[in-house]
Amino acid sequence: MAETMTLVKEAEKTALLSSETKVEMLRKMWLIRAFEEKAEQLYALGKVHGTMHLSIGQEASAVGAVAALRPDDYMLSTHRGHGHCLAKGADPRRTMAEFLGKVTGYCRGRGGSMHIADVGSGNLGANGVVAGGVPIAVGVGLSIQMQRMERIVLCFFGDGAAHEGAFHESLNLASLWRLPVIFLCENNQYAMSLATERGLAVSAIAQHAASYAMPGTQVDGNDVIAVFTATSAAAERARAGGGPSLIEALTYRWRGHSKSDKQLYRSREELEAWKAKDPIPRFAQSLEREDLLDTEKAGHVEAEARAAIEEAVRFAEESEEPPLAEILQGVYA
Amino acid sequence: MATMTFREAISQALREEMYRDERVFIMGEEVGKWGGTYAVTRGFLDEFGEKRVRDTPIAESVIVGAAAGAAIVGLRPVAELMTINFAFLAMDQIVNHVAKLHYMFNGQITVPIVIRVVGGGGRQLGATHSQSPEVVFAHFPGLKVVAPGTPADAKGLLKAAIRDDDPVFFVEHATLYSVRGEVPEDDDYLVPIGVSDVKRQGKDVTIVSYSKMLQVALEAANRLAEEGIEAEVIDLRTLRPLDTRAIVESVQKTNRLVVVEEGWRAYGVGAEVASRVTELAFDHLDAPVRRVAQAEVPLPYNRRLEQMALPQVADVIRAVKDVMYIK
Ligand SMILES: Cc1ncc(C[n+]2csc(CCOP(=O)(O)OP(=O)(O)O)c2C)c(N)n1
Ligand SMILES: [Mg+2]
Repeated sequence: MAETMTLVKEAEKTALLSSETKVEMLRKMWLIRAFEEKAEQLYALGKVHGTMHLSIGQEASAVGAVAALRPDDYMLSTHRGHGHCLAKGADPRRTMAEFLGKVTGYCRGRGGSMHIADVGSGNLGANGVVAGGVPIAVGVGLSIQMQRMERIVLCFFGDGAAHEGAFHESLNLASLWRLPVIFLCENNQYAMSLATERGLAVSAIAQHAASYAMPGTQVDGNDVIAVFTATSAAAERARAGGGPSLIEALTYRWRGHSKSDKQLYRSREELEAWKAKDPIPRFAQSLEREDLLDTEKAGHVEAEARAAIEEAVRFAEESEEPPLAEILQGVYA
Repeated sequence: MATMTFREAISQALREEMYRDERVFIMGEEVGKWGGTYAVTRGFLDEFGEKRVRDTPIAESVIVGAAAGAAIVGLRPVAELMTINFAFLAMDQIVNHVAKLHYMFNGQITVPIVIRVVGGGGRQLGATHSQSPEVVFAHFPGLKVVAPGTPADAKGLLKAAIRDDDPVFFVEHATLYSVRGEVPEDDDYLVPIGVSDVKRQGKDVTIVSYSKMLQVALEAANRLAEEGIEAEVIDLRTLRPLDTRAIVESVQKTNRLVVVEEGWRAYGVGAEVASRVTELAFDHLDAPVRRVAQAEVPLPYNRRLEQMALPQVADVIRAVKDVMYIK
């Protein structure tokens, strides 16, 4: 158990990242925060309908994990996927346009919030079904292995996905065939109202790794460098033909599950305690300590990200609705 | 042309396509060492190796999901599910992902997979192992559903399915495997998906069928001919997309229609075909459309009960006489 449960220690954090990359990671985290806050506003204003799952508070796991990838590595994401999409390199304007169902969106308005894919950046799609993307990621890993591509695949999922049979089938097969897959669980403590310990017989999702003979690591998911470090180790193993890894990033969603959530299952104190562990200022401060940033420049990074999101909203709002005449097109290739 | 069984035709199609395109590979339960539960891939493991003939755990969801994942980044998997009954364990992947990714992501992704399943009843395997629910899969836009009834069509359709850029759900009726027929040996022999075939010409009544029931319909047509009734037998071959025009044209000629399917009547192929014909050729019908289908029960094990529940030649003959108002 000790082996599968190691918390990545401060000391293990490598200096693999250039200062530009670290600042870029901070910018991405702000970009996601700003995107999600804007998304929430647009929803409140009645400009978006349907459902929406915000990842405010979870920016470190998206950005830290993706930072360990190369640009042409693949990624699959979840219903709470705006952050993953932006972290992988999507244009915020086309992401916002998809969120608003506009023709300029990545999927021409056919996908919406839960189904954004940007294949150009290696994002093979968010997935509206809990654990739905996990078996697919196994196949992407298989394809990489069979074609000897110099790539790996990162598969995000929530703690709730670990309840599903498909998750277990997938870890087993990926390990059996030594596929280059990183299973990255964002354990944000809840699947809707169901606290992790109310849905799982194990005390840590990383423990499942032992059943499937792969390394399992639990990391502080609000520490972007810790997530990066753990994912880098998993990436290295995958690239070397060592097979898959399971990483459990411990984090917290600040908002309700979706807009209809009355949040009767958690206390204000709990929420405040996690908010005090906000991953963004935490990373900004560590960059300041490293002298990579001063407070003024940190403010600038945030402002820049917020401006990019303002521009994304303008772009999306000015974009056209998809033409109705297209509705039947493209069901088949 | 060569004479071969339905099984050999399927096997030949797979083999030819695996030689033609190295992106094609097979995965599923017992496809390798065992040689395929129905012996379709016997010898394949030795011929193509473990990389392209992959035995999987008994995990239908990840069999289909992994095939889909492999397909979206460049390969052309043929995933085999031991029987159609177990496709229900992979329903999320088939319905929510495989069928939808292409449209939902606006063409950024294609999913060129073939899901081969063995379907059908009549072998006393009991209710969980005897279903013919292909119509369930035909409900979903984004999937193509193919169910051949002859060895030649099996070969040509499977080759077309493997070359198709869309996901194809390919149904092989278990009791057809030993049926023999003439099969073109041409490497590029393809039968187009979405096109039906008139298997027997006739002027008095149209019988629409597919898969195993095609054989039943043809037998019924032969017996009817002895009584002077000439039935036209249309083999749908593909359930989605459905070749409506050929049916309508035939009904315009015969003015009478019987649909024969092995699955249940409710919400079935007969219901769909009858509805389309009513919409498009109502004035041509001289009698209500009749459906011949499985009794609305989970298929019983006992031989006599099982045979009673499944459509038989006599049921088809009775339905034809009904639409011709013959007592
Ligand atoms: C198969 C399936 N069951 C139920 C749902 C409804 N649902 C959407 S999100 C969710 C909770 C998922 O929790 P988790 O995986 O922890 O992700 P989180 O929402 O916390 O990011 C549920 C039950 C679904 N989308 N898919
Ligand atoms: Mg969760």
